[in-house]
Amino acid sequence: MRYHQAVHDVPLLFESCEKPTAGESFDPTLGGLLPGEVVRSRLDIPDLPERDVVKHFINLSQMNFGVDNGMYPLGSCTMKYNPKICDDVVSWPTVADIHPLQDPSTIQGALRLMHELEGMLCEIGGVDAVTLQPAAGAAGEFTGVHIVRAFHEANGETRKEIILPDTAHGTNPASAAMVGYDVLDLPSKDGCVDVEALKSSVSKDTAAFMLTNPNTLGLFEKNVKEIAGILHDAGALLYYDGANLNAIMGKTSPGKMDFDIVHFNLHKTFATPHGGGGPGAGPVGVKRRLDEFLPIPRIVEKGGVYSLDSNRSKSIGKVRAFFGNYAILVRAYAYIRMMGGKGLVSASENAVLNSNYLKERLKRDFELPYADLRKHEFVLSGAPLKKKGLRTLDFAKRLLDYGFHAPTIYFPLIVDEAIMIEPTESESKETLDRFVDACESILKEDPRLLHDAPVNTARRRLDEAKAAREMIFSWRAYKKKTDSASRPS
Amino acid sequence: MPLSECSLEMLQQMRVRSVDELFQDIPKEVRIDGLRLADGLSEIDLRRELESMMSVNRAASSMPSFLGAGIYNHFIPAAVRTIVSRSEFITSYTPYQPEISQGMLQSLFEYQSFMAELTAMDVVNSSMYDGSTALGEAVLMSHRISGGNRFLMSRAISPEKKVVARTYAKGADISLDEVAYDPLSGLVDLEDLRSRMNDSVTGFYFETPNFFGPIETRWDEIRRIVGQKTLVIGVNPLSLALLKPAGEMGADIVVGDAQVFGTPMNLGGPTIGLFGCKQEHVRKMPGRIIGMTSDLEGRTSYCMTLQTREQHIRRSKATSNICTNEALLAVAAAAHLAIIGRSGLIDIARRNVENMSSLSGRIASIKGFKAPHFKATHFNEFVVTSNRDPDRIHRELLKRGVHGGMRLGEAFPELKDSTLYCTTEMHSKHDHDQLVSALEAIT
Repeated sequence: MRYHQAVHDVPLLFESCEKPTAGESFDPTLGGLLPGEVVRSRLDIPDLPERDVVKHFINLSQMNFGVDNGMYPLGSCTMKYNPKICDDVVSWPTVADIHPLQDPSTIQGALRLMHELEGMLCEIGGVDAVTLQPAAGAAGEFTGVHIVRAFHEANGETRKEIILPDTAHGTNPASAAMVGYDVLDLPSKDGCVDVEALKSSVSKDTAAFMLTNPNTLGLFEKNVKEIAGILHDAGALLYYDGANLNAIMGKTSPGKMDFDIVHFNLHKTFATPHGGGGPGAGPVGVKRRLDEFLPIPRIVEKGGVYSLDSNRSKSIGKVRAFFGNYAILVRAYAYIRMMGGKGLVSASENAVLNSNYLKERLKRDFELPYADLRKHEFVLSGAPLKKKGLRTLDFAKRLLDYGFHAPTIYFPLIVDEAIMIEPTESESKETLDRFVDACESILKEDPRLLHDAPVNTARRRLDEAKAAREMIFSWRAYKKKTDSASRPS
Repeated sequence: MPLSECSLEMLQQMRVRSVDELFQDIPKEVRIDGLRLADGLSEIDLRRELESMMSVNRAASSMPSFLGAGIYNHFIPAAVRTIVSRSEFITSYTPYQPEISQGMLQSLFEYQSFMAELTAMDVVNSSMYDGSTALGEAVLMSHRISGGNRFLMSRAISPEKKVVARTYAKGADISLDEVAYDPLSGLVDLEDLRSRMNDSVTGFYFETPNFFGPIETRWDEIRRIVGQKTLVIGVNPLSLALLKPAGEMGADIVVGDAQVFGTPMNLGGPTIGLFGCKQEHVRKMPGRIIGMTSDLEGRTSYCMTLQTREQHIRRSKATSNICTNEALLAVAAAAHLAIIGRSGLIDIARRNVENMSSLSGRIASIKGFKAPHFKATHFNEFVVTSNRDPDRIHRELLKRGVHGGMRLGEAFPELKDSTLYCTTEMHSKHDHDQLVSALEAIT
């Protein structure tokens, strides 16, 4: 084990506000330009030399782990390598320094790029039209479910319910609820949709069924056509959560599987960086009959000239201001152009190969619920750890000490002590083998080492209950708390 | 594509003959045969092609532009890019493993601290998608706080925000009602607000400075009229370098867009939704919140907290569906504010006010133009009214290499002769000269 994360003692920037020179009085009226009644009386933010600020953040960055540091097998998150050219492109002034309300004649390049990206996503998703507006996967779901609602309302129907498999991502039920739907959980059978149970759950009240395929266990839902038939016969729609699209590019498509609505996670499948939580982008694609409900504006091309069309009476409106996360769209466009059609297919092939290889090597050491092939990810059960008084959490924390990011744990909920591993196509066989070695070595270790893990990271285990109890969310709150504690009662 | 030697070795070890075998679980009836997309480009060809495609865009540096309306062109110190270009930040995921993610977590805590100080709110979350979705979420949160099914919004807000807020409100069956603005000052029409308040009202949203630029002065009275209902205030966080913060105006929730701190215009996205609230409402808040705590060895540490509000735990009962947010831009905002510091921030805000005042005065002195249209104090945006057709002005300015402001007629028919102009510290005197002489040339 050779990994050790940097450990720096980095005080908060605001701690420098404690210096006597800080918080000097200033004239916020700017000598009368602003009336005294609208200005603030104090502003306590730090004033530091640039040199110190850069040092502060560079040292902080060293206490953070990204894909560029090492393998990040976080299931369902597709932490693939992010090509650097894609980040470079978005720093160009012709890309970054343009305003969304500029006359379309002055942003033709940007409009063309977005229009072409829509077309490429149509091909990959097997759909007829795409909106790029949603800012994230969950925002894509929110958009898609609004389209579901608009579709039924246009048919004069108010259907109340959205059905979800019990393996669904948490965002699915949350998005459905935000659009006003009741959520019905469908228990899985052998890790997949229970078709008979689905048949008996579908009713006149069913607005849609949301599904990802392959599902969160990494299993391909073979009955997807039959599932689609059940929904469509009942007048309901089938929604595709694109979180797992990285498994199937060029092999099948949501459209081919008869899904009506699809969201894409550009920050997963199309290699845009996750940025420590965002920004991402969650474009939504639909079949022809739902085209009219897409958000406005639509980008329209005529004779090589691009314009905007907001005159669409059935549109759900907007889900975000302007065009969406354009700088992310540019990165995804660059990625797709660089990969090409064959490159994307090969990405899916290698993602699936890596995942099955790891699964085969690790299933002896853990439990592997459900037989069969996996696609881009697989879920192990850490239940055997319990015999040693350990839990999946302990194993995950110990992996950090070996320089691997932990897998997703305790999800999906139907697997006891779940360990969800998605290696992506980016990792070499050598890295995968090292990962297996690390897992096997951890299982042989003294359980106390796992209890104490991690020890090679910038911090050891945190008191998360204390964070929730003390509720210190800012320097301001911290000051309030420490000031009131030091004040004599 | 041919398989690499390593791939073949892996297949062998798995006793699988080919990669195709790994896809045999996909039924034939749903199979497709590859993708009809062009072949991949090398990096050099990609760069060449994108340079050519993007060269037809007119960037702010090649054409003085006076657009604002929610997206602003501000100075970004080079060091901000140095910081947010760190791979460790860019290529990390949401910090679910805090021990190995302290860099991101502390940076987000620093962002929350800057925003809490600027807005004088108790809690600011670690970001929403943008200013418009922050407002949408605020409407839903108001409903959780105060009940009711009607949310009041000032008419003087961005048309983009109105449409987005409507989408959010629809799911919760909340209707949105507009409160008029005073035609002289552009500020909230207090009589109209008073007449619309009743038991079914959830809350009220106004902005300061508002969409037309005027800065609100009567927040005490607004707070009194809104009473026990939820008061949501929209801010331009840069203006808070000088202006009274929403927290001191009695806001329950404050929203805005922190794009002004360290994020380029990016054709409007990504930007970063600012969302803050009073401590008493925190459990009803959407989004990720970073809290301070300590580790096993007692060292100050940071982690995501109050996660029981969130979708991955609470599912359909979550306060929001948000998962991916705009974390990296929050780091940019924190880095930006730290680099310019208190004195730099005040200086930039001052330049905005001075530029606005100077440009507005110069436009007012052109025959046939009135600026600012509203009698109020402004920050960096103002409405210009003219007896010349705004579309014609727009075209004439473009011909002269200047991009005018946003024409208001479409969203606000009562302002069909008006255009919203914005000027920031990025405009030189020469840029103003160019606009003024171009306007003067239009007869």
